[in-house]
Order: sequence, then structure tokens, then C-alpha cells
Amino acid sequence: MEVNSINKGIVIDHIRAGCGMKVLDHLGVDQAKDTVALIMNATSAKHGRKDIIKIENLTDVDIAALGLFDHSATVNVIEDGKIKQKIHLSLPETVRDVIKCKNPRCVTSVEPSIQHIFHLVDAGREEYRCEYCDEIVKREDAIVNN
Amino acid sequence: MTLTGRNFIEPPDFTVEEIHELIGFAERIMAAPGGYAERAKGRLLATLFYEPSTRTRFSFEAAMLKLGGQVIGFSGEQSSSAAKGESISDTIRTVACYADIAVIRHPKEGSAKVAAAAADIPVINGGDGGHQHPTQTLTDLMTIKSEKGRLSNLKVGLCGDLKFGRTVHSLARALCRESGIEFILISPEELRVPDYVKLDIGRGNGSTFREAERMQDVIGELDVLYMTRVQRERFFNEEDYIRLKDSYILDAGKMELAPQDMIVMHPLPRVNEIATEVDADPRAVYFKQARNGMYARMALILSLLGIE
Repeated sequence: MEVNSINKGIVIDHIRAGCGMKVLDHLGVDQAKDTVALIMNATSAKHGRKDIIKIENLTDVDIAALGLFDHSATVNVIEDGKIKQKIHLSLPETVRDVIKCKNPRCVTSVEPSIQHIFHLVDAGREEYRCEYCDEIVKREDAIVNN
Repeated sequence: MTLTGRNFIEPPDFTVEEIHELIGFAERIMAAPGGYAERAKGRLLATLFYEPSTRTRFSFEAAMLKLGGQVIGFSGEQSSSAAKGESISDTIRTVACYADIAVIRHPKEGSAKVAAAAADIPVINGGDGGHQHPTQTLTDLMTIKSEKGRLSNLKVGLCGDLKFGRTVHSLARALCRESGIEFILISPEELRVPDYVKLDIGRGNGSTFREAERMQDVIGELDVLYMTRVQRERFFNEEDYIRLKDSYILDAGKMELAPQDMIVMHPLPRVNEIATEVDADPRAVYFKQARNGMYARMALILSLLGIE
């Protein structure tokens, strides 16, 4: 399958196969006016299969949020048809309003207009801690149940 | 030490040294309370108690009144604008227009942190759900220091409902920053401490923990036994409750197994988890603990207001 290269925008590459839709959903570009391509299950020398997202004209994305969804992905910022910057994602130290605290006793369940903030507590176990109630959640559970 | 204008939401808001100095200040006030009778004259403490409280509210009010200050506030959600749906942030912003300092108790975990972020006056956490209760911790540390002479190299048994017990969570968070604390966490499996408390202990100043199910198995090795109540409704099944309920009730028989210099603490109110026969034992210090609470809060109020 052929998907044209873009002149300006971002290419999120090496997304774990099956996660592309989730990443796209979080980016909220479904209502964007520009061209968006989601390629699922592309062949990858490194991973066997991968997802790829290309978004035309968009260069400013929430890198922390992307890192939470898939820290093995890379973000290529394209300008004039060339890669201007290549960003290797990692697990973010802090994420804001990306995942929600599921603890029903947490103040975020009742207080309007406060950010849901999580801090990385264990990179190896991929665990985050809620800023308010200290509830510890696994990254994978948090994004699946988000 | 300058705690002026700061908030006290959880023990790590202050350094270990600041906590020690605060305890020292509380001890000085306790030794000569008359000298502090007018220190907070003209200052106003707001007490926002969305949940019932006897000890904490009274001890804050008594602390402020004994410092010559005044108190405004409400007790119970129905008597505040929360009943009309007002947010915590809006309520505290309004209160901050009148008061110099505020204490909040709220059933939701993290509520005091939200209040502190919204207010431009010092905010004290008077208990946020089952999460933290840092002023009880000040009281507890003051009691341990006065009774044991130190806050380090102690074997501390935390017993009862460790899952929802905010006093236990705060105390563990504070004590693990002292050196050489060994925690023995005594609870039924359903009521073990949350993961974040174990994480805190693991990242403490050489602190360690192990878990036990029965008090009688470990009481003989403790320096401090900190009791909390296990409520029947917290158990998932009746069989476990019947099997274990006596393990969490301290009586004269179990006290015979305890070292002569162990102290028994309890944040109160006590229901049936400590038999009244234990009250006469010199190792029972829970009523001293309650008395210390007022002095700890006097020291805290003065420090946050920047009054020496």
C-alpha cells in the first residue's frame, strides 16, 4: 500500500502494532482539516509489525502524552519534505490530563476543573502515581481504561 | 526554620529537620503555655470540616483560642455551601478573604492539596479521606520522642486497618525518613497498606517493613505499637473476620507478651480494639498523645503564621 510522503508535518513511526488508533484518538486530530494517515500493521525490520501516523501541517504535539501511550515510538518533524528533528520518546516523568484517576475516593472525582496529574514512580514497572491520592497505576492499565 | 506562609498537607511538605524543630517548639509551648497566650491575638483560624470530627476540630480550636486567636468555621457538609454544589477551590478562596489560616477535613483523598493550591493563606490538612492526617503525625512523633527519647532506630508495629487508616499512612511517610525504622505491618490481607506507603518505606532512610497477620506473633519485639480499629464491614468474608478479629484487640493478656518498655499508641477514638483494662498500664500512652495534639497544633499555627 502506498501512502505519499508529506512536505510539512509529523510522522509518528514505530508505534506498536495495534496502538495507532489509541494514539490518534488522544491526539484529537480526527477533526483536523489537514490530511491524516494511519497505517496499521506495516512491516517493520525491528518489530515485525508497526503502526505509523502521518499528520500534515501539524508540528506541535504533546510529546509527554505520546511517550505514555508508546515510548518505543519515534516522532519525526518534517519540514520542506525533510526530517528536521527526530524525537525518540520515553516514559514521561509527569503527565497532565492524559489519563484519569480511577480511585473513586480521589478528589479528582468531584472537584471540577482540576488537572489529572500523574508522576512516574517506577520506570521498570511502568507505574505512575496520582498527584492527589497517591494511587499507583500501571501505565498499560491506565491507558486501556482511560 | 521558616515555615511562614507554607501549607502542611502531608509530612514531606516539611524537611525532617523542620519537623524536629516543630516538635521542639511544641514541647516549649507545653512547658510554659502562658507565655504564648496572646501570640495569635487578632488572627483568625477557619475550620472547614466537611466530615465529623471531635478530637481534631476541638484541638485546633483549643490551640487557636489558647494562643489568643479566634476561630470561624463549619462542621458537616450540610452546613456549608458544599451542599449547594460549591467546589473546594471556590470555598477556600472565599474563606481566605476573611481568615489568616485554614484547616480542612474532607472525605476525598487529595482535597487538602486542591484547597492549598487555590488559597493564598496557609492551609493545613486535617484529614483527607483515608489518605493523610499530618497533624496527627506531628502529635504521634512528639509522643514517640517524649516516651522513647528518640525517633530513630525503632521497631514500630502498625496494627489494624492499614488500608484506609490515614493516620497510619501519614505516620509511615514521616517515620521512614528517620533512620533505622523497622515497620511491622499487622493487618488482615484485605486491609494491608496501599502500595504507595510501601513505596515510601522502601525509599526511606534505611527503613524496612514486613507484614504479619496476628499481633501476638510480633508484639514481643516492638518498641512502639500503633493501634487502629478494624471494622467488621471491611472484611470480605465473615469467616476471616471471625478467625482474625481477636488478633486486633489488645488486652492485658497480649500486653504480657510485650516488652516492658514498649509503648501503645492510638489516634483515638478507640472503640473495642484496646480493652479498657490496658488504660492503667503505664505503657499505654494514647491519652498523653491526645494532650500533645493541642500543643503540636499550637506550634504549627504559630509557625505557619510566622509568629515565634
